[in-house]
Amino acid sequence: MSSATHFNLTARVLHWSMAALIVTMLFVGIGMVASMSWRPSLVSLHRPLGIAILLLAIVRLLNRLRHRPPPLPADLPAVQMLAAKASHWVLYALMFAMPLVGWSMLSAGGYPVTMFKGFMLPPIMPHNATSYALLRSAHTRLALLLFATVLMHLAAALFHAWVRRDGVFASMARGEPPPVDATLAPAVDADEARSGDADETAALAQVNGDER
Amino acid sequence: MPDLESRPASPNPRRAWPALLGITLIVAAAALAFAWVAGWLTPSRLTPQRFTNAIETSNGHIYRGFRRAHAKGVCVAGYFEGNGQGVTLSSARIFAPVRTPFVGRLSVGGGSPYGLDSKARVRSMALELNSDDGQQWRMAMNSFPFFGVASVQAFYEQTVANTPDPATGQPDPVKQAAFAKAHPEFARFAAWAKSAPWPTSWANTTYNGVNTFRFINRAGEQHDVRWSMQPQTAFAAMSSEQREAADGNFLSEDLDVRLAQGPMRWDMVVTVAKPGDPIVDPSQSWPEDRRHVIVGTVVIESTTPQTTGACRDINYDPLVLPTGVEGSGDPVLAARSAVYSVSFNRREHDIASGKAASATGPAAPQGAKP
Ligand code: HEM
Ligand code: HEM
Ligand code: HEM
Repeated sequence: MSSATHFNLTARVLHWSMAALIVTMLFVGIGMVASMSWRPSLVSLHRPLGIAILLLAIVRLLNRLRHRPPPLPADLPAVQMLAAKASHWVLYALMFAMPLVGWSMLSAGGYPVTMFKGFMLPPIMPHNATSYALLRSAHTRLALLLFATVLMHLAAALFHAWVRRDGVFASMARGEPPPVDATLAPAVDADEARSGDADETAALAQVNGDER
Repeated sequence: MPDLESRPASPNPRRAWPALLGITLIVAAAALAFAWVAGWLTPSRLTPQRFTNAIETSNGHIYRGFRRAHAKGVCVAGYFEGNGQGVTLSSARIFAPVRTPFVGRLSVGGGSPYGLDSKARVRSMALELNSDDGQQWRMAMNSFPFFGVASVQAFYEQTVANTPDPATGQPDPVKQAAFAKAHPEFARFAAWAKSAPWPTSWANTTYNGVNTFRFINRAGEQHDVRWSMQPQTAFAAMSSEQREAADGNFLSEDLDVRLAQGPMRWDMVVTVAKPGDPIVDPSQSWPEDRRHVIVGTVVIESTTPQTTGACRDINYDPLVLPTGVEGSGDPVLAARSAVYSVSFNRREHDIASGKAASATGPAAPQGAKP
């Protein structure tokens, strides 16, 4: 399937579950370091959740390398095309970097890397003040970069869905439309189903009261 | 960001603006929620960073690379030897009849690494026990038998009230009196500080865990507990004249002398709460008749300076606990965990940025200003 119009099921499930996890992690992280009372419970959630994201990111990258993502609409301006690709790679890089930095930072700080009571990951860095301080700052800065990128990504996704209505949002939101068959889907224009996304556009049109 | 000016798929720009407004609102709401959770929008909310700032201010000076509290101390090493009695209370490995090595620290309260030992009312012991099941238990204990105040907010107010007035270099007695009035429980602590005898050594001082923890045994039974390290070294008190005459570093000098003769020992005594005993308020003691169980012995064998020793880069966060031990609902524990982390981050950052020569150098002075 070289000309898929949608992300495969694995990609979609991973995208949305990881989106929820990562956004949760950003809020949990920034909240726990600013709290006098929630830190212990939130940190014990933060560590295993972060490592879960690392494991999911490996599966996701493999899936992504084996399945070409659907092409972006041909009429998308080059700047947006570039921004989309660059931001996706930044997001991928941070999905790996955040947990790896978290794990190394705890190792360098001499902390046990506890996943749950009684189960620890081994340290991946020697206990050292200087590396700890650098990694600790990196964890904060990369988290802020990740949050900023996620916000832009969210804005862009909604822009595709509500303003351009070009099927990009649907390519992540749902699967391939059923094969075009005059008897089953009389209203769908075959051309539209391939290039953009007919049911997405139609659904939005209804929501917006747009008769087209 | 996509270029919002080019909207090839949206023929009518007037139709786009509600969507653009919606997107802007959604993104702005997400950013605001993040800023609120981070505490950036509420400058008066007490955060670990603001608590640490208050401690630094009350220290009168930022001693780069040193702990922001209990700044003066030495590293120690030794082992804990369980006697098997603790096994009925907690499944923690250290309570089995085995030796568990630790990296520890003996210190005095106060924010200056150059303070005088003879003026330090509070002495402390911290341990990082590494048991043979790969788990860790960190403890930080003080010589006071109960905490001065009943809440985290009150301890913050105490810290602020003790901040030296820039004009006099001394805390403002009016503010201190106002603090004591607002927190009547503090009177008991003040009485302890005034009347409790001063032991002559780190070796004959009792160190108390103060906060309540929960022990869980192999059968899953839970007990609320507190514990103390009670010295096997005979108690001897210092008179105020002896203190006046003592060297500013007499504690570490005494320690060197004693360790040259042999190790020093403490019994770990666990006190088990009865239902109804105060759990969340570390300023309240439990009645004397509670069950006490001696669970093992802390043995200190050697010492190194804190500037080069292994304890320097350890955060003795009292909530780094093995299976069989959990924090209780005592909010002071959670607050300690949060503030120690900020203090640790700052001092490690000082070291990394090369600002902490006197906290790290092998020739770092003991007891003299840099
Ligand atoms: C996608 C993964 C992750 C995200 C998005 C994330 C995000 C964050 C954020 C936003 C903070 C607050 C930083 C600050 O304000 O200074 C934080 C702190 C922290 N993170 Fe993560 N993190 C991730 C993974 C991990 C992992 C895997 C670990 C450890 C195994 C970890 C350990 C920590 C710890 C211990 C802190 C608090 C450090 C302190 O109080 O000094 N993180 N994280
Ligand atoms: C917050 C809500 C989110 C929405 C509405 C959203 C929406 C979308 C949409 C519509 C696509 C398809 C874009 C395309 O085909 O070019 C997409 C792709 C992508 N998204 Fe998100 N996303 C969100 C959160 C996240 C988060 C938190 C991350 C990771 C940190 C993320 C990472 C990615 C990546 C890497 C892609 C490229 C496709 C892939 O290779 O998996 N997204 N997103
Ligand atoms: C909310 C209350 C408290 C606050 C804000 C607080 C604050 C601090 C700070 C900032 C440090 C320096 C940490 C570091 O840089 O590693 C410290 C160390 C210490 N605290 Fe507390 N503390 C509190 C309560 C207590 C209590 C109740 C005890 C006694 C049971 C205690 C015992 C110690 C000890 C023994 C150390 C020295 C640990 C070491 O040697 O590294 N603290 N405290």
